[in-house]
Amino acid sequence: MTGHVDSVKTYALVFAALICLTILTTGVAFIDLGPFSVVVALVIAVCKMLLVALFFMHVRYSTKLTKLVVSGGLLWLGILVLFTLADVVSRGWVGVPGR
Amino acid sequence: MANHAQAETLALREQFDTAEQQKDASTLGMWIFLITEVMFFGGMFLAYTVYRSKYPVTFAVASTSLNVYIGAFNTVVLLCSSFTMVLAVRAAQLGKRRAIVLFLILTLILGFMFLGIKAFEWNEKFQEHHIPGMANFHLEGVPIEQQGQAQLFFSLYFAMTGLHALHMVIGAGIVSCLAWWAHKGKYTAEYMTPVDVGGLYWHFVDIIWIFLFPLLYLIDRHLGKWVS
Amino acid sequence: MNASYGIKSWLLTKDHKRIGLLYLATITLFFFLGGAFATLIRIELLTPQGDLVSSETYNKLFTMHGVVMIFFFLIPSIPATLGNFFLPMMIGARDLAFPKLNLLSWYLLVIGGLFALFAMLAGGVDTGWTFYTPYSTSYSNTWVIATAIGIFVAGFSSILTGLNFIITVHTMRAPGMTWFRMPLFVWAHYATSLIQVLGTPVLAVTIVLVFCERYFHIGIFDPALGGDPVLFQHLFWFYSHPAVYIMILPAMGVISELVSTFARKPVFGYGFVAFSSLAIAVLGFLVWGHHLFVSTQSVYAGLIFSFLSYFVAIPSAIKVFNWTATLYKGSISYATPMLYAFGFIGLFTIGGLTGLFVASLGIDVHVTDTYFVIAHFHYIMVGGAIMAYLGGMHYWWPKMTGRMYPEGWAKLSALVIFLGFNLTFFPQFILGYLGMPRRYHVYPPEFQVLHVLSTAGASVLAVGYVIPMVYFVWSLRYGAIAPANPWGASGLEWKTASPPPKHNFEETPIVTHGAYDYSHVIGEEVEVG
Repeated sequence: MTGHVDSVKTYALVFAALICLTILTTGVAFIDLGPFSVVVALVIAVCKMLLVALFFMHVRYSTKLTKLVVSGGLLWLGILVLFTLADVVSRGWVGVPGR
Repeated sequence: MANHAQAETLALREQFDTAEQQKDASTLGMWIFLITEVMFFGGMFLAYTVYRSKYPVTFAVASTSLNVYIGAFNTVVLLCSSFTMVLAVRAAQLGKRRAIVLFLILTLILGFMFLGIKAFEWNEKFQEHHIPGMANFHLEGVPIEQQGQAQLFFSLYFAMTGLHALHMVIGAGIVSCLAWWAHKGKYTAEYMTPVDVGGLYWHFVDIIWIFLFPLLYLIDRHLGKWVS
Repeated sequence: MNASYGIKSWLLTKDHKRIGLLYLATITLFFFLGGAFATLIRIELLTPQGDLVSSETYNKLFTMHGVVMIFFFLIPSIPATLGNFFLPMMIGARDLAFPKLNLLSWYLLVIGGLFALFAMLAGGVDTGWTFYTPYSTSYSNTWVIATAIGIFVAGFSSILTGLNFIITVHTMRAPGMTWFRMPLFVWAHYATSLIQVLGTPVLAVTIVLVFCERYFHIGIFDPALGGDPVLFQHLFWFYSHPAVYIMILPAMGVISELVSTFARKPVFGYGFVAFSSLAIAVLGFLVWGHHLFVSTQSVYAGLIFSFLSYFVAIPSAIKVFNWTATLYKGSISYATPMLYAFGFIGLFTIGGLTGLFVASLGIDVHVTDTYFVIAHFHYIMVGGAIMAYLGGMHYWWPKMTGRMYPEGWAKLSALVIFLGFNLTFFPQFILGYLGMPRRYHVYPPEFQVLHVLSTAGASVLAVGYVIPMVYFVWSLRYGAIAPANPWGASGLEWKTASPPPKHNFEETPIVTHGAYDYSHVIGEEVEVG
């Protein structure tokens, strides 16, 4: 019951990519990109997450159900953050105190 | 071969009909558990997002007070441990007993290294009077009326890295148990589900740190460390 | 059930049926504890003055009533008792996917309960079950941390139960048991489990943050530091709104079974009911801000949450229509479980409709934090969920214990409960509309008549709840022996003995037809009215 067995080379390449992305994100932080700094940082973090999930956690070989579970979890976190931010960001738009 | 089939069958619990059913259940079970962990950490990520959007300058100053080189090095340590962990899982898939034990122990060592460095960092925060809730809290470069906001950053820093460290300690426990049982010959190519599932947990804890590092350490680093 | 004896065989059991019964005993104790607090509340409210207890004590009473009833009774109730006992059987499985985890879930509920009990005995907690900051974190001098730990631990009980159910439904269905042949009870519990798994962790982390703030004085929600108390409310209600669907979805699952059996007809629109369960689970996560309408949540967010709150009513309404349509041209019998089902349908509809009133921003500004809201949620939780729970208990009692309960007494207590419930809570709609605030024990004298009616109703309701306790216990020894299928019901659980053998079925069933197929049922009819 082994399923796919990736080669050491595959894992080593993914590992190397992860290290490079870490160096990249650290380096880019020292450059002033204004509001895009956080975007770049998050994009790099998401890439690293995808590498770990798809290759190290074998999501790329997993069943549709597993992929659905993973996406669902991330979606639910998104709901929590998005709807709360919708409140925080739009406070004060009406111009009435406390609203 | 007969004794391989036996190995999985010996581990077959009575509520399951087949070994495959048991493996599917265990794997799906770990994934659902990881989703609960996403939501658990997620609450803190939400708090972080809300407060960083409200107090971007204070958060940037607070972030630059963290040692980015140690943070980056620690990130590399944890990524190495994920690499050794996936090699352990691969060794289990191939039924190589000694390799499993070796890679699990390497993972454990790297994990402890991470925790040790973390402890060093926390102590540094203590020395610099950046522990929130303590009377002597003071963040340099931030005016007095915004010291409260700085405390919020550090509250989140300690809460999030603390929760992460707790999960690493639990992970270390799990990896130790796996290493012991692997040493005892419990895992074969046919039955390595616990190693597989333990790996999933370890990688997840790594992913949490992949997000914590930029969010905590890399806010507006170009501003440089504030010198008062 | 009788496979082994002795206390160790119960406390170390891995059998889902025994664990269900352990839960039954535990939550019954908590129900009466929560009821005791309710009794004191209702007695105090007989008079407009605060004469029975001080304000501080009154705060503790309603807090502890809420905490016990929600976290230690309602959330576990149907899933952990009836769900644990019957979900595996309904899909033809020998047990849940993770029996040891199931036992752990029960121990976690007990441990959490002990923490909460300690808090109550040591002096109580007065923050309201909603624990709003900064009162709970900075100002309250009561046992907040102990209670919070209790809820945290109980939360993990809930998460593990949900996880177990999801895996079981995915991986342990008997051959031929496709998703669309499963009973609607299983669909309802699957949807509930999704909520438990996705929502409860957020409550857990919120409790961790409150603990950190209170114990370590690290202020996450402290306004003095720039913290936002409304952030607490967002985090709290992200779980606590879906939590109400954890409490009602299993009840709806029970009603689907009861209505079908006692109309001897398949549930009308099976697919719609199944998908409505999922829809409620999903939509239920998108509406939590309707609890924050009068906080400093922005008007625009309020509008979005209000709009979405109307949508979540739709799948519930679909279910009510479908149950009603199931009755049409059905062969209806009026056994006690069916009486509870009728009660549910009527009272849940009232509760649900009043939910639409409070979902409207404009109306909610006036009725929020009044008795209107209290009446709304008690119609759903008590008139709905508890009625369904009792209906389910009566329906499955013969299967679980091998004994019939006395039908005459059962019908009487169902009637007493129905009348007592309405007398207790209908006046509260009027009280709230007239402006009586919740969580107050001193009130203007013009509200006294309505309060007296409500307390009178509560006394009747209490009697109604005690009678079944007595006859259920009585029936264990003196009740008629129950056959395998006293109701002529479909469903795999009725095809095995009462009570079921250890591995549920002598052989793994092969399923060849859908859930509500009465042409395959051989019922041994028991005299019902």
